[in-house]
Amino acid sequence: MDVVFLSRLQFAATTMFHFLFVPLTLGLSVILAVMETRYVQTGDELYLRMTKFWGKLFLINFALGVVTGITLEFQFGTNWSRYSAYVGDIFGSLLAIEASVAFFLESTFIGIWIFGWKKLSKKAHAVVAWLIAAGGNISALWILLANGWMQHPVGYTMRDGRAELTDFSAVVFNKFAILEFLHTVPAGLLLAAFFVMGISAYHLLRRQHIEFFTRSFRLALIFGLITSIWVAVEGDSHAVHVAETQPAKLAAMEAHWESTRMAPIVLLAIPDEKNERNMIEIGKLPGLLSFLGYHDFNARVVGLKDIPADQRPPVTLTFIAFRTMVGLGTLFILLTITGWLLRNKLLENPWYLRLMLWSIPLPYLAIEMGWMLAEVGRQPWIVYGLLKTSDAASPVASGQVAGSLAAFVLVYSLLGAAGFYLIARNAARGPEEQSAGNGQPA
Amino acid sequence: MILQSIWFFLWGLLWALFFMTDGFDFGIGTLYPFLGKTEEEKRIIINTMGPLWDGNEVWLITAGGVTFAAFPLVYSTMFSSFYTALMLILFTLILRGVSFEFRGKVEDPRWKRIWDYCIFVGSFAPALLFGVAFANIFRGIPIDKTGLFRGNLFTLLNPYGLLGGVLFVALFLVHGALWLAAKTEGDLHDRAVRTASILWPVELAVVVIFLAASAAATDLWANYLRYPALMLVILLAVAGLLGIRIFISRKQFWAAWGSSALAIVCATFFGIIGLFPKMFPSSIRDDYSLTAFNASSSPLTLKIMLIVVLIFIPIVLAYQIWAYKLFSAKVTGESLYDDEAY
Ligand code: HDD
Ligand code: HEM
Ligand code: HEM
Repeated sequence: MDVVFLSRLQFAATTMFHFLFVPLTLGLSVILAVMETRYVQTGDELYLRMTKFWGKLFLINFALGVVTGITLEFQFGTNWSRYSAYVGDIFGSLLAIEASVAFFLESTFIGIWIFGWKKLSKKAHAVVAWLIAAGGNISALWILLANGWMQHPVGYTMRDGRAELTDFSAVVFNKFAILEFLHTVPAGLLLAAFFVMGISAYHLLRRQHIEFFTRSFRLALIFGLITSIWVAVEGDSHAVHVAETQPAKLAAMEAHWESTRMAPIVLLAIPDEKNERNMIEIGKLPGLLSFLGYHDFNARVVGLKDIPADQRPPVTLTFIAFRTMVGLGTLFILLTITGWLLRNKLLENPWYLRLMLWSIPLPYLAIEMGWMLAEVGRQPWIVYGLLKTSDAASPVASGQVAGSLAAFVLVYSLLGAAGFYLIARNAARGPEEQSAGNGQPA
Repeated sequence: MILQSIWFFLWGLLWALFFMTDGFDFGIGTLYPFLGKTEEEKRIIINTMGPLWDGNEVWLITAGGVTFAAFPLVYSTMFSSFYTALMLILFTLILRGVSFEFRGKVEDPRWKRIWDYCIFVGSFAPALLFGVAFANIFRGIPIDKTGLFRGNLFTLLNPYGLLGGVLFVALFLVHGALWLAAKTEGDLHDRAVRTASILWPVELAVVVIFLAASAAATDLWANYLRYPALMLVILLAVAGLLGIRIFISRKQFWAAWGSSALAIVCATFFGIIGLFPKMFPSSIRDDYSLTAFNASSSPLTLKIMLIVVLIFIPIVLAYQIWAYKLFSAKVTGESLYDDEAY
C-alpha cells in the first residue's frame, strides 16, 4: 500500500480519536467553571459537589485529550513533510501560537486546579477554572485558524515553491476559520450538555441523588437548548460560505450532479459515483439547494459533472456525513425543547430520561460526521486549490507508516477501552456524599 | 540574518527549557519503581511532580511548534527522518501521560502494576531517545540534497548516539533524584539523597566522556575554538555539576536541584552553540545541511512569531514559576489524604 494512503488513514484515525475527547474538554470546562462560580456566589455545598463529581470525569477525559493531541502536533512533520515544508510559514506559526498562548495556560492551570483546592482561596480557585476553560477554547481558535487556512487559503503568496505569509490579519480574520470556530465550540458545549444530561438521567431513573442530578440536568439543559439552536443556525451560514469558496464540496455534500438554477435538495439518496447520478432519490425539494447555498431560490448551483473528475471529493461519504449531522442536529433541537417543557417534571417522565441516557453518543457521532464532511469534502486537496493531498506525504518507507498505524490502532484501542471503563465506572458510582475533607484518595 | 540567528537561539532555549523542566519528571519516572517501596511511597513520588508535569510537557509541544513555524524545512526533514524514533517517543509519552491520571482510579494491584510499568517506560524511553536523537544531530545525519534521509532507526544507534542517550538519562536521573530529595521526607528522602550522591560521579564521568567524544565525532568544538569566550557555557555547565555535589553535602536540596537545572540548560547550549548555524547537518555533504539561514520561514513570519513569543513566553514563565512556588511544600503521607492527589 502506498504511503499517501496509509498516512491518510493514520491521520484520519488519530485526529478522529483525538476529537472524541476534545469537545467534552471544550464544553465541560465551561460548565464546570459555571458550577464553581455558582458555588462561590451562593456558598451552596451542592455546587461544590457538582464541580468535584463532573470534574473527575472531566479529568479522565482531559488526560486522553492531551496525550492524543501530542501525536498530532508531530504528525505533520513525520507523515506530511512535503506539506509542512510547503505551508510551514503560515500553518506552522498558527500551531506554535496555539502552544504558547493556549496549551500552557490549560495544562499549567489544570495542575493547579486539581491540586490547589486547599492552597487557593475559593475565588482564586474558581478563576483557575475559568482560565482552563479559556485555554481550551483559545486553543480551538488557533487550531481552527490553521485548519481554516487549509480549507480556504488567504494572506499568502507563492515563492520558491512554498506559500509565504503576506498578510497576517487576513489569516487571523479568515471568515472560513471563524465560522468553523463558531460552529465547533458550541458543538463541544452541546456535546458536554448531552453528556451531563445523559448521566444525570441515568441516576434520576434510579431515583438516587435526586437533588444533585436534577440541578445538574437543568443547568446542562440551558446550554443544550441554546447551543443546539445556535449550531443549526450558524451551520446554515457555514454552508453559504462553503458554496462560495468550495463549490465542489457543496455539490458533493448534496450529491448534486447537474448545474442548474432552482437546484433541489434531496432528503435521501444513494449516490452512484461511477455513473454520475443518484440511484434512488427520496424527498426532492426544488429550489432549496439554491436557497441553502446562496439564499436565493433562483441561484445557479454548479453540479459535479462540471467539476473535473480529479477534483471531486468522495461523494457518498461527504453526502452521508452531511445528512447524518443535520439529521442529528434537528433531533437535538427537538430533544432539548422537549426537555425545556418537562424541566420541572423530569422524574415523572422516565421515557424522556431514558431517551436522554441513550442520546449520549449522538453528539459524538454528529461531531465526527461534521469533520468527515469538512475534511473528506476538501479532497483531493490538502490545501484547497493549491496542493493535492497526494503530493503532500513524507518520503518515508510505507513499512514505517504501516508499523506506526498498527501501533496506533493497538494503543488507542486499549486507551479508549480503559478511558471508557473509567468514565463509565465513575459516572455510575455517583457523587461522594461529602465534599469537604475529601478523605478518599483520588 | 539577525532574525534567523535570534530564532536559532530561541529554538535552542525552548529545547533547553523542556529538558530542564520535564527532565526531572523523566528522572523521577525512571527511578520510580526502584525508590517507591510501598504504595504510599509510590503515590508520594507521583505527587511530587503531579501538579507540574503537564505544564512541563508543553515545552516540548512548543519546541516542536516553533521548529515548524520558524524552520519548516527542519521540522519536516527532522521529524520524517526520525520517523520511527519519534513515534516511539510519542507512544511512550502517551503511556506516561495517562498513567498519572488512571493509576489511582481503581483499587486493584494488577491495575496499578500496569500503570507503574507505563510510568517507567514512558519516562526512561523518551529520556534515552531524545539523547540519541540530539547526539545524532550533533554528529550529522545522512540526508541527501533533497533532504531525503538515507538511513533507518539503526543508523541512529551508533556509539556516539547511544552515548548521547546515556548522557541524557544520567542528567535526568540526578535531576529527578534531587527533586525527590527536596520534596520528600523520611526514608524516601534519604533514599533519594543516596541515589543522587551515587549517581553524581557517574553523571560527571559521562559528561566528560561525552565532551571528549564530541571532539572526535563531531564539529561541535569548531565554534569554540574560533570564539574561545563561548567556553563560558561549558564552564557554567561544569559549575552546575560541581554545585550539585556541594549543595548535597550542605543538605540544600533546592539549591542542588537548581545547580542541576543550570547544568542541563548549559549542556543543551553547549550543543546548540556548537551547531550554529546548522540545525540538521548532513553527514553526506556539508552543503546539504539545513541551517538557520537556508531553512527558515519568511522574515514576516519570523517577525510576527518573535513578537508573540516575546510577549507570551515571559507570561508563561511567570505563571509557571508561581505554580512551582505554590507546590514547593514537601509531599507527605498525610498530604495525600487531606489534599487532592493522584
Ligand atoms: C476544536 C478544537 C481542537 C482541534 C480541531 C484539535 N484540537 Fe488538539 N486539543 C484541543 C482542541 C483541539 C483542546 C481542547 O485544547 C485539547 C483537548 C484536551 C486537552 O487537553 O486540550 C487539545 C489537546 C492537544 C494537545 C495537547 C496539549 C496539552 O498538552 O495541553 C496537542 C499537542 C494538540 N491538541 C494538537 C492538535 C493538533 C495538531 C490538531 C490538528 C490536527 C488538533 N490538536 C486538533
Ligand atoms: C479534530 C478534528 C478533526 C477531524 C475529526 C479530522 C478528520 C480528518 C479526516 C477524516 C481526514 C482524512 C480525509 C481523507 O483523507 O479522506 C483528515 C485529513 C487531514 N486533516 Fe483533519 N480533521 C480534524 C481536524 C484537523 C485540523 C484542525 C487540521 C489542521 C490544523 C487537520 C488537518 C488535516 C490534514 C493535514 C489531513 C491529512 C491530509 C488529508 O488526508 O487531507 N485536520 N482529517
Ligand atoms: C443542524 C444543522 C447543521 C448544519 C446546517 C451544519 C452545517 C455544517 C457545514 C456546512 C459544515 C461544513 C463546513 C466545512 O466544510 O468546513 C459543518 C461542519 C461541522 N459540523 Fe455542522 N451543521 C449542523 C449541525 C451540527 C451539529 C449538531 C454538530 C455537532 C454537535 C455539528 C458539528 C460539526 C463539526 C464538528 C464540523 C466540522 C468543523 C467545521 O467545519 O466547522 N454540526 N457543519
